[in-house]
Amino acid sequence: MSAFANHALAGVLLIPVAAATVLTLVPSYRLAARINMAASFAALLCALVLIGHRPPPGTYLFVDDLNVVFLVLNCFVGFTASVFSAGYIRHELETGRLTPFYLRFYHAIYQVMLFGMSLALAAQNIGVMWVAIELATLSTVMMVGLYRTHEAIEAAWKYFILASVGIALALFGTILVYLAAQAAVGQGLPAMSWRQLVAHARSFDPALLDLAFVFLLLGYGTKVGLVPLHAWLPDAHAEGPTPISAVLSGLLLNVALYALLRFKVVMAANPGAIAPGPLLVTMGLVSVVFAAFMLYRRRDIKRLFAYSSIEHMGIITFAFGMGGPLANFAGLLHMTMHSLTKSAIFYSVGQTSQAKGTQKLEEMGGLSVTHPGLAWGLVIGVIAILGMPPMGVFMSEFLVISSTFARAPLLAVPLVLGLLIAFGALVLRLQQVVFGAPKGEVRPVHTTYLPIVMHLALVLIAGIYLPPAIVTWFQNVARSLG
Amino acid sequence: MSRLDFDVAHLLAGLMVLVSFLMLYQDRLYSLLNTFALHALALALAVAWQAQIQDAPHLYITAAIALLFKAMIIPYALHRLIQRLGIHREVEPVAGLGITMVLGLALVALSISVMLPVTAAAGTLAREDLAFALSVVLLGLLMMITRRNAVSQVVGFMSLENGLILAATGARGMPLVVEISVAFSILIAFIVIGIFLFRIRERFDTVDVAALDRFRGDRR
Repeated sequence: MSAFANHALAGVLLIPVAAATVLTLVPSYRLAARINMAASFAALLCALVLIGHRPPPGTYLFVDDLNVVFLVLNCFVGFTASVFSAGYIRHELETGRLTPFYLRFYHAIYQVMLFGMSLALAAQNIGVMWVAIELATLSTVMMVGLYRTHEAIEAAWKYFILASVGIALALFGTILVYLAAQAAVGQGLPAMSWRQLVAHARSFDPALLDLAFVFLLLGYGTKVGLVPLHAWLPDAHAEGPTPISAVLSGLLLNVALYALLRFKVVMAANPGAIAPGPLLVTMGLVSVVFAAFMLYRRRDIKRLFAYSSIEHMGIITFAFGMGGPLANFAGLLHMTMHSLTKSAIFYSVGQTSQAKGTQKLEEMGGLSVTHPGLAWGLVIGVIAILGMPPMGVFMSEFLVISSTFARAPLLAVPLVLGLLIAFGALVLRLQQVVFGAPKGEVRPVHTTYLPIVMHLALVLIAGIYLPPAIVTWFQNVARSLG
Repeated sequence: MSRLDFDVAHLLAGLMVLVSFLMLYQDRLYSLLNTFALHALALALAVAWQAQIQDAPHLYITAAIALLFKAMIIPYALHRLIQRLGIHREVEPVAGLGITMVLGLALVALSISVMLPVTAAAGTLAREDLAFALSVVLLGLLMMITRRNAVSQVVGFMSLENGLILAATGARGMPLVVEISVAFSILIAFIVIGIFLFRIRERFDTVDVAALDRFRGDRR
């Protein structure tokens, strides 16, 4: 059985690599889009196998209860984004914003990006994880600059420099963790593997771990988009192609958060080191409140939802910072729900801005009259992300808040305040775009509802009935996170 | 480990810190690139020395990458880029020279006072190498934030990265150092290609308010 599981893990990682190689050779964009979808779907199937069958942990790769959640989510959103991207890209070709030459490049890089993220999640070795996150970052930088407009290049350059500095700091933190581990575990590969790190964390030098965590928090925190390290995030979301915005928000931020979570577990296992919780709680709260206020001033629809992503990453970081089985459970659930909902919103937003020919909120209006289907998608998506019942986000936000009230009521005040402010801002903007007299142009679009429907249906089902198997699974993970 | 091993390792790491300071006050892009080549040369020597005293032959690969790629190919490619794209050849500092140098000194003091106490258990060689490496990293960051030109920011990033490679080789027996240095070289190659493809002549921050508004994208 383990051979089967090994093949599945190899599939998750190698299918994207093979697909990327093939895609650089395929000149027709229609065929390329199909290969892209097929490869993402095959990777998703392999990831689903991993839920039931775990390969034995290796030197470089391993799968456990925690990263399999991220892996499956990664492959699922990767697949739906590839479905959405097929229609989106066709429209961009027809309007002449992209040329076939760049599309070849686009599809290949898309698979490289999925590979980088899956490798980062499945990595046993902290060095491999770092290299994988760097690969994923590089490929998204190229995607953000794809349109080659002045704004896109500015956004890509900013993302490039800030993310490079971020991953550079993360590497310094990684080296320090190795140094701390080397004294206890011995030289060589074991001193960089998660299992050994957690098992021996007790005997590491606490001062060295503290310093390492500061660098890791700043480094990977930049990639999570935590305030005040978020400057690259709104630009990168707004200027790149929308499928990439969806993948950035739904997946790449999670991957960076996953790295932080793993290091948090190592820190928590050492009694002498500083508690990582309060640092995460502070950065999370600052992100929530700051992003909530920033939502009011947005004039670009993709920037609006980019700030909403900062807010939600803040909530998740806050929940994991609080720690304990309940808050960790809530954080994990919220992360899953946010990925599904936010990427669904970006799918609707992408088609909306294509239909209206603009991303400016002022120039949009009356979507419910011109494109009722899209309007429904957007409305349901925004209702979900606002945390209204019966959607899944409601449940996870409710759990975050109630567990906070039970343990540290004072911390819940800024959190709830931030959520309410964000609520107001998003309702205001939603109303402007969806209702009222139709404004702006009306262009024909190739609407693909399937990804939006799939995501929102999952969020709805999770809100109404979360299967007990998933609950026990998440509870186990939450307990292991400490 | 003999006394000489130790002293040479420190000499070379200290040389990198010194060259980082030299880079802080270069006001011509060409001379900045030449200084950076010197920095990469110092890194190559430091890494080769570590390979020698740690008896770790794979580190020679890292040293060779530093020598060939960073001390020769990249400075040459950037020279050509500056010519081809007609980039301004003067470095535009954000803060005055005096302030930058004082900040640089403060950063070195900070990194030594932070690193030495916490790495007490890590062995003398790694300890002081790490303190120097952190100094180089922080000086690279300082250079990135005190420069306006894209090219000098990239040079700042590359010197920062040299500091990281120094730290990684100083950590005795760290696996994957070669892979990490290759990954970094790819990153840098991408940055240089990026400058070329995007034809970035200048950093976009200008004092022209109209231009700023256009680039902020959100203020229209």
